[in-house]
This record gives sequence, C-alpha cells and structure tokens, in this order.
Amino acid sequence: MRNACIAVWLSALASCVVAGEAQPMAQDPQVEARLVAIAEELRCLVCQNESLASSHAELAEDLRREVRKLIREDKTDKEIKTYLVERYGDFVLYRPPLKPLTWPLWFGPFILWLLAILGLWRYLRMRRQLDPRRLDAQGRAQAEQLLKD
Amino acid sequence: MKKFLLPLVLFVTLVVFLGVGLKRDPHEIPSPLVGKPAPAFALPTLRGDKPFSPVDMKGQVWVLNVWATWCVACREEHPLLLQFSQTQRIPMVGLSYKELQGSEAANASLSEADKLQLARERSLKFLQKSGNPYQQSVMDLDGRVAIDYGVYGVPETYIIDKEGVIRYKRVGPVTPEVLKETILPLIQQLDKSA
Repeated sequence: MRNACIAVWLSALASCVVAGEAQPMAQDPQVEARLVAIAEELRCLVCQNESLASSHAELAEDLRREVRKLIREDKTDKEIKTYLVERYGDFVLYRPPLKPLTWPLWFGPFILWLLAILGLWRYLRMRRQLDPRRLDAQGRAQAEQLLKD
Repeated sequence: MKKFLLPLVLFVTLVVFLGVGLKRDPHEIPSPLVGKPAPAFALPTLRGDKPFSPVDMKGQVWVLNVWATWCVACREEHPLLLQFSQTQRIPMVGLSYKELQGSEAANASLSEADKLQLARERSLKFLQKSGNPYQQSVMDLDGRVAIDYGVYGVPETYIIDKEGVIRYKRVGPVTPEVLKETILPLIQQLDKSA
C-alpha cells in the first residue's frame, strides 16, 4: 500500500517536472506573439482551410515547433516564410506572391470588372437606340393607331 | 437563335471549369522540391547499422517511400510496393515517419533510445508479417527530416536520380495506374541516362 502511494506521488511529481520543462517553450510571450502573427499567414497543409496558427493537426504542431525554433534563432519573418515555401511551395502562403503564374489571380478580377463595364456600356448604348422617343413620324402614327384600337 | 448563343457559350465555359475543378485533388500540391537536390540527412536505420544518408545512394536511381505502421493508406499501397521490389532492381528506401504518435511520442519516462527501440520493434513486426519492400529503412521519429522533404500526408513517394536530384513526388498511396503510367517509365528513363 505504502509503495503504491509512493508510486502515485512519484508519477504526480514526474508529470509536474514534465510540465515545468515544457513551459518555457510555450510561455515566452514574445516568441508566441510572433509565432501567431506568422502562422496566421500560413496555411495548414493537412486541413487546408485552417491557418497554421489555429490548426490542431499534428503536422501543424510540428511546423509551429520549427517556426518557434527559427524565431529563437532570430530569423526574420521573410526567412521563416521562405523556409516553409522551400518545402511546401507557395501553397502555404495565404497571400500568394505576385509572379507571372499568379497574374490571373491578382489581375483577373480587375479584367473581369473592366469587361463587365464594357458590356454594360454597350448594352446601354443599344437600349438608347431603341428609345421610343426616337421614333420617326411614321412609327409614331403607327403607335397611336395601335393605342386607339 | 443568336440570342441564346452567348449564354450558352458562357454556360459551357462555366461547366468546363467546374468539371476540371471537380477532377482535381486539392491535396495534390506541386512540390517545390522536384528538380532540387534531395535534402541531406543522417538517420538511424531499422537494422541499427551505421546511419543512412542520401549520399550513400549516389550513382543510382532510387525510391524513397515515407510510411508508418499506423498509416492506413500505407497499408493500402504496401502490396504494390512489395511487387515493385520483387520485379524491379531499383532500390527502395523506407522512411518511417513519426512511428510513435501523440502521447507516446511525448512520454517523458521513455528515453530517446527507448522510443527508437519501440519504433524499430513495431516497424520490424509489420515488415516481417507483411513483407519488406525496402532495401534499407530509416527512422524519422520526430518527423524533422520529413519536414525537409515537404511531407504533409503519409504515404509519400519520391524518385531520386543518380545525381541525387528529386525527379518526382507522389502524395498519397501509389496506385497501379500511377506506377505503370508515371513511375516505371520515369525510372527507366532515369536509369538509362548516365
């Protein structure tokens, strides 16, 4: 019985020791703040609609650990993002970089908008040509005849 | 008739785009590592001989397969890998990815050596039971090497050429179609080139 008590006490102590060891990593507020700021901009590869900051996937956990390590090594945000892009591609960035491949992505909406404006302009011009006020005398007479009937 | 032409064209375009979108797998992300040298590492092997490094494979085309015994999709592709290893002379190296998961990996009462031992035992048991397609197996317990290889969903398979350059990456289980239509032709072509 006494041995069991000691065992329980020891295991409780052991878990305290573990908690004590793990704390400094998660509790350095400066590192954590930077980690969150960077990870919000990064996509979790496993659950693709979640950011690296919010994902509970194990890989996200591992990648946060790597990012923490890089933050401690005083790497800049850009260097940290490059580290991940080198491994996982531009896909990890929620804000895709501007390059020929992503031109349609960045400029496509504006081009579509211009096309829509052009379409609208042409439509309005066409409608104006059909304006009833532009009827000639013959047409007007015809219309009046129709209204009378 | 002409009135319907434009909406019809727009509709067909939309359907084509949506159709292509449906066929694409969002989990297939083009790897930036294809065409780049395989990242260097030195990892303990399953057998426990000297650490394995990709440099050891210089001069031959080889396949790196990332797997784990807990990975269901890995079991799915396993028979195909076995068949590959029996019919091809291209060496395949297995990289055991984070064999110990979650609480087991974080268990502080186990030393690193104990964890490695446990992971080895589990991998060996599986390979002895189901067959071993790997010429060499290496243990990546904390998944750090896998991060360097851009692994995000096991199983993953890489083809590395004689110069040590990654030529192909497959995410997810290798299927008979992928093996026949992509992997085997690529391996043959790489093997022929000096």
